[in-house]
Amino acid sequence: MSDLRDLYQDVILEHSKAPRNYKQLPEANHKAEGFNPLCGDRFTIYVTMEGDAIRDISFQGSGCAISKASASMMTQSVKGKTAAEAEKIFARFHELVTGHAEEKNENDLGKLAVFSGVSEFPVRVKCATLAWHTLQAAIEGKQESVSTE
Amino acid sequence: MTTATQKADSRARSARTGSGLDIEKIRQDFPILRQTIHGKPLVYLDNAATSQKPRQVLDAIARYYEGTNANIHRGVHALSERATAEYEEARQTAQRFLNAAHSHEIIFVRGATEGINLVAQTFGRAQVRSGDEILITAMEHHSNIVPWQILCEEKGAKLRVVPINDRGELMIDQLENLLSERTALLAITHVSNALGSVNPIREIVAMAHKRNIPVLVDGAQAAPHIKIDVQALDCDFYAFSGHKVYGPTGIGVLYGKTALLESMPPYQGGGDMISSVTFEKTTYNKLPYKFEAGTPDIAGVIGLGAALEYVTNLGIEKIGAHEHDLLEYATQQVSVISGLQIIGTAKDKAGVLSFVLEGVHPHDIGTILDQEGIAIRTGHHCSQPIMERFGIPATARASVAVYNTNQEIDVLVQGIKKVKEVFA
Repeated sequence: MSDLRDLYQDVILEHSKAPRNYKQLPEANHKAEGFNPLCGDRFTIYVTMEGDAIRDISFQGSGCAISKASASMMTQSVKGKTAAEAEKIFARFHELVTGHAEEKNENDLGKLAVFSGVSEFPVRVKCATLAWHTLQAAIEGKQESVSTE
Repeated sequence: MTTATQKADSRARSARTGSGLDIEKIRQDFPILRQTIHGKPLVYLDNAATSQKPRQVLDAIARYYEGTNANIHRGVHALSERATAEYEEARQTAQRFLNAAHSHEIIFVRGATEGINLVAQTFGRAQVRSGDEILITAMEHHSNIVPWQILCEEKGAKLRVVPINDRGELMIDQLENLLSERTALLAITHVSNALGSVNPIREIVAMAHKRNIPVLVDGAQAAPHIKIDVQALDCDFYAFSGHKVYGPTGIGVLYGKTALLESMPPYQGGGDMISSVTFEKTTYNKLPYKFEAGTPDIAGVIGLGAALEYVTNLGIEKIGAHEHDLLEYATQQVSVISGLQIIGTAKDKAGVLSFVLEGVHPHDIGTILDQEGIAIRTGHHCSQPIMERFGIPATARASVAVYNTNQEIDVLVQGIKKVKEVFA
């Protein structure tokens, strides 16, 4: 049960039930769809880029608690950041959920550190990173949908 | 927690609806079941994905490699003769299992998927023309959709789909309407892998045959649960996978009626499928070898033979009765869990309990149950059109086999309650 609580931390459950920035963004100039065929998770990420900065970001879609909470918290953590900064956070986040994070970097992740429990559940890594991969695609302006498979 | 009364009640229930099988003794045949997962006894309820293998099957494979291994159909030496005899004996076992009229109607393939692809690529390529229709149903596994899509694309033919109702039952009147002079083949599952619905194959085949339309049956989910008699069903093709019926992975059977198999071009070219080869002309071997190019999975075939014997010795009807009791008990027990909805409530069901839980994604259900030692499948079960039909991204699916018990269903129910606690 302790492992389970590490995975399903209260913050994660709360975000999955009441996701932030969960809406369409009519003025978005970047958009991408992400799909995890394994479990049917499907999200659309909307981004309003101003030069290199993420001025606004939102998402919509359906998925498991981990993927939804990850998308919700991602939108909070990258809003106002530059694309390069977002990329750096994703790199750290990826290290965290795959169990390769150094402790000093973990602290940099702030609230996103609640996803550290994912590293004990390798099949759930894709759930945690789906929104991030989709964000990358949105910023790069790829047209096709992103798949974790 | 389960109270003592509930436990006694479930035991009484299992005794009352008993199939006559000694389940505890049967469990002893499956070494893999004697383990713990995350410190809890393994409760394996993912049998529709693949079943576990009894000692009898594992021993048959080991015995083959330790004492018999040789190539078949060509050696003059003793081992080759023995290997050939065992291989062909397994074909006769499969023939009896399906009640086929002839053993040469049993083609060994990698599984139901390859069996269906074989028919699409041989019968389909030779018979299907532009403007023809292939009829399938809304409850097919991807393996009985995609091979036909590929064929239709190549031939300019059209794929038509028989709808299902909200209970997950095939709409037979619609099926009858969709059968026409354009229909080149009806390809239909015997039992739905995602919903558990059992289709009335005999009645459906009769309907199609009235219009001279051949019928292929995907029996992957039926073979472990239902007595199959291809002569009584009168189907033209029947495919199943060994690994879902307690046999090894990578081996399965395609049954076809002699006349059809004889009229079909070969599937793959190579050794064993020929009678003579010159650079000018090759004469193909007789049935069933025409469709078995190359050295086959001999050990797999022998393992499959052992599995089918194991099932036959227990009695497929008894196995089906036990699983029916389990499914009924599970349905009763989970139905009272608030927020739980069963997907697939057909009158006639086999093996499968698919469900969704309000506010919890199936993937999260699967992870939490796994921590309790319970193995179920979550996702779209290679049946995305079914998920779309019910407007859901995925389900959680518990599927039973002969070695499962009511006590394990109780563990599942407790597990689902734990899921609700985590997400409360």
